[in-house]
Amino acid sequence: MSFHGGEAMEKQLEKKHPLAVRWLHWINFPLLAMMIWSGILIYWANPVYGIRLFGYELFKFFPQSFNEFLGIPFRLAEGLQLHFFFMWFFAVNGVVYIIYTIVSGEWRALLPIPASLKRAPFVALHDAHIVKNKPPQGKYNDAQRIAYTSVILMGMGSIITGLAIYKPTQLSWLTSLLGGYEWARWEHFWLMVSFVLFFAVHVFQVIMAGWSNFRSMITGYDIVEAVEPKHEPAPAAEEVTA
Amino acid sequence: MSEDKEVLLEKVREFEARTGHTVDSYPGDPNNTASVLKEHRYLSEPISPENAKKQMSAMSRRGFFVGGAAALLGIFGWRWMPDETKTNLIRRTFEFNERVSQLFYSPRRLATEFPEARVTMPARFNGAEGLDEVVDLAAWRLNVSGLAGRTDDLVITLDDIKNLPRTEMITEFKCIEGWSTIVHWAGVRFSDFAAKYAPKNRDGSTGDVANRPQDLPRYVSMTTPDEKYYVAWDMPAILHPQTLLAYEMNGAPLTNEHGAPLRLASPTKYGIKQIKRIGRIEFTDERPRDYWGGPEYGYDWYAGH
Repeated sequence: MSFHGGEAMEKQLEKKHPLAVRWLHWINFPLLAMMIWSGILIYWANPVYGIRLFGYELFKFFPQSFNEFLGIPFRLAEGLQLHFFFMWFFAVNGVVYIIYTIVSGEWRALLPIPASLKRAPFVALHDAHIVKNKPPQGKYNDAQRIAYTSVILMGMGSIITGLAIYKPTQLSWLTSLLGGYEWARWEHFWLMVSFVLFFAVHVFQVIMAGWSNFRSMITGYDIVEAVEPKHEPAPAAEEVTA
Repeated sequence: MSEDKEVLLEKVREFEARTGHTVDSYPGDPNNTASVLKEHRYLSEPISPENAKKQMSAMSRRGFFVGGAAALLGIFGWRWMPDETKTNLIRRTFEFNERVSQLFYSPRRLATEFPEARVTMPARFNGAEGLDEVVDLAAWRLNVSGLAGRTDDLVITLDDIKNLPRTEMITEFKCIEGWSTIVHWAGVRFSDFAAKYAPKNRDGSTGDVANRPQDLPRYVSMTTPDEKYYVAWDMPAILHPQTLLAYEMNGAPLTNEHGAPLRLASPTKYGIKQIKRIGRIEFTDERPRDYWGGPEYGYDWYAGH
């Protein structure tokens, strides 16, 4: 047994994200953005949701200033056009991602394991510099496993609630299952809010994780310290050439 | 073997202490999620830091170039697309969605009906297009065009409509703006109306709504008496058992603002399609124009639920 990582401080290139995942991830970004943007254009025509506490409205979706700043008012038709165009690409992209994840075995790195629920809070505490010990990290840590699995479920939820609003008569069983037409619209809306919150945390975490991590979502590779133990003693002649 | 693991672990800890770098995915670490789930790591041979940097830079350049080019293509492709192309793309998307919807459509699937207690009171009013003139209920007549065995319009009265089987339903009325209300409707199923006043089939024979709907003309066009509001319906949706020519709303004859004396009510399409104060009904095989679903406003011509 010999151990690498000595004076040479050698590196290894680690393949982290397959080509398919990188494309599907980056294609999803503008698609989800268009779905949310067009959704907000549609929502403006009947803006009934807010955050209420004891009958007092803390926040209204959306404040007039927000609508005016982004030029949202009176664009319902445009919103519907965009929503019902991009929905196909958003759904297909998501379905391809799920199929790829299952077939390639990527799901193993992605799905939470029983211990994830217990350990995920420690990831958050570590990130907040409250807990010093670094939680175990495979390709993803436990919090990432939960977050990335949740966001896929949210995508499925958006499609299901969306279908219930889109075809409430032909799919009346589905609409009823979701609590009726009005509830389905409410659920569809809050899933959108969840996506926005996910996006905010995701971008923040990516910034905190640093350039090398971000780059790996583009190149597929990350540079890691060469600590992989070798099972055979390295031959004396082994030289790494540039 | 476990002894080897101990030795390795020790070396990892020593490495961590010496370099200040955390080994966060050492395969032998029992707490490692990667090893717990037998996650496979794809690692290159150990290489020099310079070599690693060089290889990464090359990959980065390629990745950012491809990504940037794709993003610019998307943004400027959309920005520089002529308006006409955009309009066509939107229209064709709606038509594609319509074909998919038709493919899965079944007249046997019904909208949920509600108990009387759920009816929204007072009924919500929205949209006065085509209702500018004061209606003279006594003088009102319904013109029906495209009927079997004649080339001129048939002119009928509200009593003729009321002589047909009465149907009531309490369904959800959905506005394309996103709100909905529950309404108690009473009227005549459009399919009963079309069974009594048979349309002319595409081949000129007499239409049989119940048994041979596939021979019927594909569309129905309806307009207000002043022709200022008009809607287009596809035959499958207008023959849906919950599509009514309604003359009562929430237990009372239709008020002016809700389309007296006769309007369309159906949970198979948005409110924009449920025309108030019908003046003329035409069976046609030519795709009719639609007020909101035309190019002027750009809503979905089909707008089907």
